[in-house]
Amino acid sequence: METENKKRKAGGKTKGLKSTAKAHGTPEVKSSKEFWELRLYVAGQTPKSLTAFANLKKICEEHLEGKYRIEVIDLLKNPQLARGDQILAIPTLVRNLPEPIKKIIGDLSNTERVLVGLDLRPAG
Amino acid sequence: MAKIKGETDFSGAALIKSPTGILGLDEVTGGGLPKGRSTLIAGSAGCGKTVFAMEFLVNGVTRFNEPGIFVSFEEPVEDLVKNFASLGYDLKALSSSKKMIIDYIHIERSEIEETGEYDLEGLFVRLGHMVDSIGARRIVLDTIESLFGALSNEGILRAELRRLFRWLKSKGLTAIITGEKGSGSMTRHGLEEYVSDCVIFLDHLVSEQVATRRLRIVKYRGSTHGTNEYPFLIDNTGISVLPVTSLELTHKASSERISTGIPRLDTMLEGKGYYRGSSILVSGTAGTGKSSVAAKFADSACRRGERCLYLAFEESESQIIRNMRSIGINLEQWVKKGLLKIHASRPTFYGLEMHLVQIHNLVSSFNPGVVIFDPVTNMISVGSENEVKSMLTRLLDYLKMKLVTTLFTNLSHQEDLEKTTVAISSLMDTWILLRDIEIGGERNRGLYVLKARGIGHSNQIREFLLTKEGIDVRDVYLGQDKVLTGSARLAQEAAEKAEAIIRRQETEWKERELEHKREAIESQIKLLRSQYESEEEELRMSIQHAKLKEEAISRATREMAKARKADVIKPAAGKK
Repeated sequence: METENKKRKAGGKTKGLKSTAKAHGTPEVKSSKEFWELRLYVAGQTPKSLTAFANLKKICEEHLEGKYRIEVIDLLKNPQLARGDQILAIPTLVRNLPEPIKKIIGDLSNTERVLVGLDLRPAG
Repeated sequence: MAKIKGETDFSGAALIKSPTGILGLDEVTGGGLPKGRSTLIAGSAGCGKTVFAMEFLVNGVTRFNEPGIFVSFEEPVEDLVKNFASLGYDLKALSSSKKMIIDYIHIERSEIEETGEYDLEGLFVRLGHMVDSIGARRIVLDTIESLFGALSNEGILRAELRRLFRWLKSKGLTAIITGEKGSGSMTRHGLEEYVSDCVIFLDHLVSEQVATRRLRIVKYRGSTHGTNEYPFLIDNTGISVLPVTSLELTHKASSERISTGIPRLDTMLEGKGYYRGSSILVSGTAGTGKSSVAAKFADSACRRGERCLYLAFEESESQIIRNMRSIGINLEQWVKKGLLKIHASRPTFYGLEMHLVQIHNLVSSFNPGVVIFDPVTNMISVGSENEVKSMLTRLLDYLKMKLVTTLFTNLSHQEDLEKTTVAISSLMDTWILLRDIEIGGERNRGLYVLKARGIGHSNQIREFLLTKEGIDVRDVYLGQDKVLTGSARLAQEAAEKAEAIIRRQETEWKERELEHKREAIESQIKLLRSQYESEEEELRMSIQHAKLKEEAISRATREMAKARKADVIKPAAGKK
């Protein structure tokens, strides 16, 4: 599991650096309980993926400034990673931390639902 | 020219099939599932879809060298491994051989929030990665319909499913998609809409507390296929679909004859017995000795060194052996030698198809020359008349194809003796009827051959005796417009014997008398002859005497005349 995690992070980082979108946030700000670890699964740079990343970045900047990290994982480059998080739909955003794991699929265009999905706002 | 021909010649492009290796299914489908295409297996819960799919995949790996991927949307891998271990599949070993991947794709609805547009590229990437990693030729999606429960945007899902099936085809994968039966439609979410090449429907019918699994090929584009509902069975060897070969009547008929085991019955059948590979029905009322005829046949088969499978539905093995010993048939020796296998089971213990598949498996593993069903009547308690008949037809076809001689016993009732309960008589080549004959406060057994296809059989009724020494078939007493059996026949025979002795004695006496007469007459003739001879002698002597006298007289006269010197007037007659 450990090696797999490392791999994912590595994959995410390279992807993040190479793509137009960059991972934002400062890792060592607060305790892990308050920290948001997000993973965005994409398959190549499709319009939907780019939209999703842009939407995600915007939401995080607004609501989680300084306490989040986004990994972007390109399944075309690391197809074996689809298995670990049970990824079918693209794009899929996975909230690894805080627990429990949450998944949000789609281009994240509906901000309200993303906030509900990330438990940043109570449902309803 | 050649190019044009090559482009227009479609005859060579017949549908290539991918064998499933499932017993019977390849026969029904004419070779297997369409290669490089998708097949939908639909059916209600618990009807065996997953087993079907898994067997297809495992056989692909182990027998046809086609690596495969099993994608489960319902059961975790560990559960699958555990479940299939009971069917004798070691999925763990297969997975580690790099020829098979079992993957569990699972989406928890509660974990997922949908916002905006998405597609299922992740699934494609995942499948594609697995396919490429082992060079898979077969894939199973069991059951992809779960996605409908996990994802709420049906529009996207349907579009993606369509894309998925196109993708499977473009990859050249032979796929099985399973789908749960929906109300009013083949599958709950209309998967049949996407899979158009081959659709197989499984069903689990319970009638009169007996469950029967059935399979039907609803559609098979570009191929002929059996259209019936075929019962199938899941047991510890996997799936078996019955019947196996019943589409045509093409079995070869043997002209070899084999003994019935009862010499006198052989003589009733042209002195040679049954045809090898024929079906024989022995019917009769209770206690007429049907099982004994069957046991004798089994005994004679074993004596020839053939294997015999005895399917008993009423008695246990030891009971049969004991009972047959009482009429001088020792079956135990054959069981010990491995020539005879007695398989006793209660008909109601399983469903009909279970029985027949089991028989099928027994026949193919034991390879007998003779199979005995004792009695076939009990089968009817398991299914309806039509079901039983169709199953027996198929089973018989299989047995005939293997040149197995089959003997059925059938319990019939007095009032409709020449009717079989299951109306199976038309399937039978030879029909021997055993019946009671009641005369003089006795009940005796009569036997006759009702029909024997291709055999000039005797039309006479024989008395059928079960003794300590075995089975005996005897002539019955015919005469005075009645048939006598049992002690009446014995009495009649004794009377006849006495009469015959008297007649013989009379004849002997007459012969002696004649001899006496002849002797008397002969002695008389002798006497007369000797009388005649003596008289003849006497007469001859007197004639001689007279002649001499005459001569002496004439000489004396001449001398007297000479002495008197008489002149000779004329020469005496006869003298010179």
